[in-house]
Amino acid sequence: MPTVAPLDIEGHVVSTHFLGDIPFFATAAGSIHRLDGGEKVTEAHQGLLTCIRDPFSATLLSGGEDGKVVRIGHDGTTTVLAEVPRKWISVIAGGPQNAVAYAVGKTSAVRQGDGSVKEFTEERSVEGIAFANKGLRIAAARYNGVSLHWVGTNAPAADLDWKGAHTGVTFSPDGRFLVTTMQENALHGWKLDGKAGENRHMRMTGYPAKVKSLSWSVKGKWLASSGAPAAIVWPFSSKDGPMGKAPMELGTRANIMVTQVAFHPAEEVLAIGFIDGMILGVRITDEKEALLRRPGKGAITGLSWSASGKLLSFASEAGDCGVIDISA
Amino acid sequence: MTDQTTEAPAAKPIPVTVLTGYLGAGKTTLLNRILSESHGKKYAVIVNEFGEIGIDNDLIVESDEEIYEMNNGCVCCTVRGDLIRVVEGLMRRPGRFDGIIVETTGLADPVPVAQTFFMDDDVRAKTELDAVVALVDAKHLPLRLKDSREAEDQIAFADVVLINKTDLVTPEELAIVEDVVRAINPTARIYKTSRSGVDLSRVLDQGAFNLERALENDPHFLDHDHEDHVCGPDCDHDHHHHGHDHHHHDHDHDHHHHDHGHHHGHHDSMSPIHDITVKSISLRGGEMNPDRFFPWVQKITQTEGPNILRLKGIIAFSGDDERYVIQGVHMIVEGDHQRPWKDGEKRESRLVFIGRNLDFAKIEQSFLACQATAKTPA
Repeated sequence: MPTVAPLDIEGHVVSTHFLGDIPFFATAAGSIHRLDGGEKVTEAHQGLLTCIRDPFSATLLSGGEDGKVVRIGHDGTTTVLAEVPRKWISVIAGGPQNAVAYAVGKTSAVRQGDGSVKEFTEERSVEGIAFANKGLRIAAARYNGVSLHWVGTNAPAADLDWKGAHTGVTFSPDGRFLVTTMQENALHGWKLDGKAGENRHMRMTGYPAKVKSLSWSVKGKWLASSGAPAAIVWPFSSKDGPMGKAPMELGTRANIMVTQVAFHPAEEVLAIGFIDGMILGVRITDEKEALLRRPGKGAITGLSWSASGKLLSFASEAGDCGVIDISA
Repeated sequence: MTDQTTEAPAAKPIPVTVLTGYLGAGKTTLLNRILSESHGKKYAVIVNEFGEIGIDNDLIVESDEEIYEMNNGCVCCTVRGDLIRVVEGLMRRPGRFDGIIVETTGLADPVPVAQTFFMDDDVRAKTELDAVVALVDAKHLPLRLKDSREAEDQIAFADVVLINKTDLVTPEELAIVEDVVRAINPTARIYKTSRSGVDLSRVLDQGAFNLERALENDPHFLDHDHEDHVCGPDCDHDHHHHGHDHHHHDHDHDHHHHDHGHHHGHHDSMSPIHDITVKSISLRGGEMNPDRFFPWVQKITQTEGPNILRLKGIIAFSGDDERYVIQGVHMIVEGDHQRPWKDGEKRESRLVFIGRNLDFAKIEQSFLACQATAKTPA
């Protein structure tokens, strides 16, 4: 059994992320807790709505009820990148060259490394933003589809249409696929490198609840998702992605919903967090399960692996967080 | 999945009040009163624009009204996408407030707001729609009804209607406005106010969508003993009344009781009652056969859902010792046992539909065919 080092924080903890080997925990109240030779706390927001790890730099990015977009360094220093009075910033993404994208109502804004801000007006409210892995390009999820923008040009958006409300968006690591979470209990995917006239849509349905957590495996071979009483893992290794294929169901528990999923940074091992606070580790190849944490006080709201892949931090809506050492 | 909620500690759902009404009807004044008066409660407020809310409150959230059609092929299944996100954020720190108030823009359709609290599982797990409150500007209502369907929808959909700015109209004008409101919505509680000066206990914590509370103390719902049904002015038999008006002296009829719109009949073409397109139908029957009633109500809400704004009812089932209460919004219908029938209480079934283009005769006939004593279902 791996060892669990608990960290009790007051209130709802929104997410957890590692910067190097230092775990960070972001609370809904706005404080950022980190375990760096003891627990240290930084106040980042008056009410925090989202906190993500910038995939392009060793920093965190957060948005809040105070209308601020903040970058948080490994030592807890905070830098306000943007401030939009009276608006909630709940959608944020990190891009190359220190670019940061965030949504304000129907506008996608991209703050570039030099501090200049480029805005794109969408037809409907932006509910999710992601940067492509190559080139300065963003995808904005909205009602009835996704708009793709090259940040450096004024070219019109490339629109990917699919009826319904899209609430989040992610590019596959190889950039061949784009997947959204939807207001209905489903994912939708587009094959971005398809030939003209080819069916580019992927419908991934059958979830009993909304999908709120997605995670790509190390080389993008698999996409794991929450929203069911098992982690639903779609195969993306073939050229058509999961089209016509059934997903794997990992860590199945009778009626206990999965709320978070996180793939290991190097191996095809998936950490699965449940609504009752339990955490399982499951290996894809043989579906072998390991109990990493027993049920706790509340739903798992965040899971993050350290760069070495030896530590797994977890956040909970009831504040009972911690770090699991799986090398022990 | 019910397990989602049973796993977490069962917190009491946070009540949500929806404020509707045209620009200038007094929504901001009412909001400011709710936020500033000492009633010992704190409210989070979701507004479209901060506008003139003069109160410094860090729980006022500005949000763009964003209406989403659900992907189920039903045009009336709409929700407010922005509310889902804001409510999720607010509910992460529920200790900050006792209730949520959603203020809609003047032209807003109240239905997607209400449906959000029934159709989104996450929102539904943590909150409970308390009541829809419509503010009506007594002076300008006749004009609003001419201009737009929204003003009528807001009244038709409301649980509580505040006829505001009564100081700007004569008693006669006010009586007409009240008649019109009653004709559109015979089940709402109506209060006449100036400067939104209503006792806040009449607006907040109403439990109007709570099946246990909804119809228990609803005086108007039980008031229609003298009529088999109440209907809007376009009903056929209203026109019979019209004919008689020539024999009457002019406008003395506005001072009568104002339970509903039957007695209008002004030939005055300026009368706002002629601009009403919403009708209500109040049905009454004996004890129902559940094997007939449930398929019937299912079918009627499926086929007529887009035309039904609200439905409310108390049903007596044969062989059942408890009152069954039912309510609906478009195609969403909820029902539950409420309490045992009291001694001496008449065991009858009542059902009110508020909507447009509803075929009253057909609905009544098929409703009555669900009675336990009916020979065979129609």
